[in-house]
Amino acid sequence: MSNLRDQAGPYFGEYGGRFVPESLIAALDELEQTYLAAKIDPTFIKELDELNRDYVGRPSIITEVPKFAKLVGDVRIFLKREDLNHTGSHKINNVIGQALLAKRMRKTRIIAETGAGQHGVASATAAALFGLECVVYMGEVDTKRQALNVARMQLLGAKVIPVTTGSKTLKDAINEALRDWVTNVSNTHYLLGTVAGPHPFPTMVRDFHSIIGKEAREQMLELTGSLPTVAAACVGGGSNAIGLFHAFLDDDVKLWGFEAAGEGIETGKHAATLSMGRIGVLHGAKSYMLQDEDGQTVESHSISAGLDYPGVGPEHAWLKDLQRADYFGVTDDEAMQALKDLAQTEGIIAAIETAHALAGVIKEGGKLPSGSSILINLSGRGDKDMETVGKYFGFLDGSNE
Amino acid sequence: MSRTAQAISLAKAKGESVLVGYFPAGYPDIQSSIDACVAMCEAGVDVLELGVPYSDPVMDGLVIQEATEEALANGFRLRELFPIIGAITAKVSTPVLVMSYWNPILSFGLEKFAKELKASGAAGLITPDLIPDEAHEWIAISDELQLDRVFLATPSSSPERLNQAARSSRGFVYAVSTMGITGAREDLDKAARAVVSGVNASETGTPVCVGIGVSTGSQVAEINDYADGAIVGSALIKAYQHGGIDELVNCVRNLKAGSSQ
Repeated sequence: MSNLRDQAGPYFGEYGGRFVPESLIAALDELEQTYLAAKIDPTFIKELDELNRDYVGRPSIITEVPKFAKLVGDVRIFLKREDLNHTGSHKINNVIGQALLAKRMRKTRIIAETGAGQHGVASATAAALFGLECVVYMGEVDTKRQALNVARMQLLGAKVIPVTTGSKTLKDAINEALRDWVTNVSNTHYLLGTVAGPHPFPTMVRDFHSIIGKEAREQMLELTGSLPTVAAACVGGGSNAIGLFHAFLDDDVKLWGFEAAGEGIETGKHAATLSMGRIGVLHGAKSYMLQDEDGQTVESHSISAGLDYPGVGPEHAWLKDLQRADYFGVTDDEAMQALKDLAQTEGIIAAIETAHALAGVIKEGGKLPSGSSILINLSGRGDKDMETVGKYFGFLDGSNE
Repeated sequence: MSRTAQAISLAKAKGESVLVGYFPAGYPDIQSSIDACVAMCEAGVDVLELGVPYSDPVMDGLVIQEATEEALANGFRLRELFPIIGAITAKVSTPVLVMSYWNPILSFGLEKFAKELKASGAAGLITPDLIPDEAHEWIAISDELQLDRVFLATPSSSPERLNQAARSSRGFVYAVSTMGITGAREDLDKAARAVVSGVNASETGTPVCVGIGVSTGSQVAEINDYADGAIVGSALIKAYQHGGIDELVNCVRNLKAGSSQ
């Protein structure tokens, strides 16, 4: 096998590219040039390393979860604890990198989209740290289901703009951020939060998150003496998954991505883009997407705001076609049960997004040979989801589940 | 020669301001959009820009977003675009350029879409989110079918990219007047002049029309002093919303005559 790890945009096979208005091309070129120069600049590398160590709290640990593993079978399960990062998820890895680039480009304002609010919170955090103006676009529906994160962003000094057009969720927040960027591109950096969007975002965001897999690979070798049988993660846009997968692309390690099957694939109310989507162009890149026969984007559905997105990063589309990674759907109910399972067996409360990976491993892990080891990216902590969880299990209305 | 470029040079030869007018297909419903487009052409629009409603129009401001959302909510389907074009071109000889985001075309099948465009009598396509770098297939098919293709040129485009826009476009180059999305603005950016002269520097002879934020007759007249035409969208939709076809026609006449409204 050739080196899959070396693949860099603009294209991953037929996917990726730059399907955006001409108005953004100069900014994308500037971003790409700045990034390519920075990633080999010792000053930038040192600055990023120090921030990762002293601010984010890297390296994140891995935790073996033997009691949870018993639910799966005769396997060992390890969690890469991105939930322990500052701000509570993997999102900060990319945000710190891009905020440093914004400074290099002398941009004074960053804008970001957010679904669950984790990327918005991370962006607001970096803006506070670096003294940048920050505007976060968030679908009106999401501002309601993630009200606590709206408050966190405001506390950090960011302006949160509820988006009321279209389906009023993440995809519309990205549209609105793109419109803002087209208008204010001279002083503004669009801090895109996932491995989607026009080149160079899919490659650059992946690179900033690839530290997850790099650390975990070494940690697994040190702890178990071998690579895991499987590396698993949830997939919305796909940033935490690609961050984990990238280090293992050229190894004999199975890669499992778990998408949100919402209320069930058969109901049509899901966000299983790779399983059920068709090739198209959304938000600047060619990839799989959920669309009707006219190419109109179809609204996705998931209990988890962070996976509720009808597109997916182009590198995942490529890995799917190459059959290098396998993607499966996990329903809302399966994810919620797995979230509770991990909490009650190991005392770790995962984000609902992350719980899709836990549930997927419960479903698929039993098929592995005895003694296999599974590395799961625990991409975020569940504190932000307590209202949804409380309602789902009946903790908040006084009834039992 | 390009039908669009021909219409532009014909109007210029008559000493008129050249006006490209936008209207969404299927807004508010199919027949009304046909009637509105025909009326715009009869009132003096030199090139009709017929918009395809799309779920994620990132280059459009609120007026066009809401109009196209309404068209979709009223059940507009992509296959209905071609009969709409056919009905318009049966009544008027004004060149019709379809303005569409890329995904509906990709989903329909580019070759099939281009052939249907041609068969329905459309002059070509404006592609707001397709840059020439990504357009190899569209360039080949439009050459084969002799369809016009309009790419964008913006104040942030490098001289090389302005040149590329001029070389890749046929009909005209869509010069973006200011950094931003569609919607009326009071002051047009002086940047538009720089974009136009940058495109003209290519010496391809491709006409340059200026759009984004153009809403008054005096702006149209001013643009026609240094460019080959002005493109108006949101202001026409607002006129239609306010006073139906009568006000739409008045708006076209005022824009064309260079009078302020």
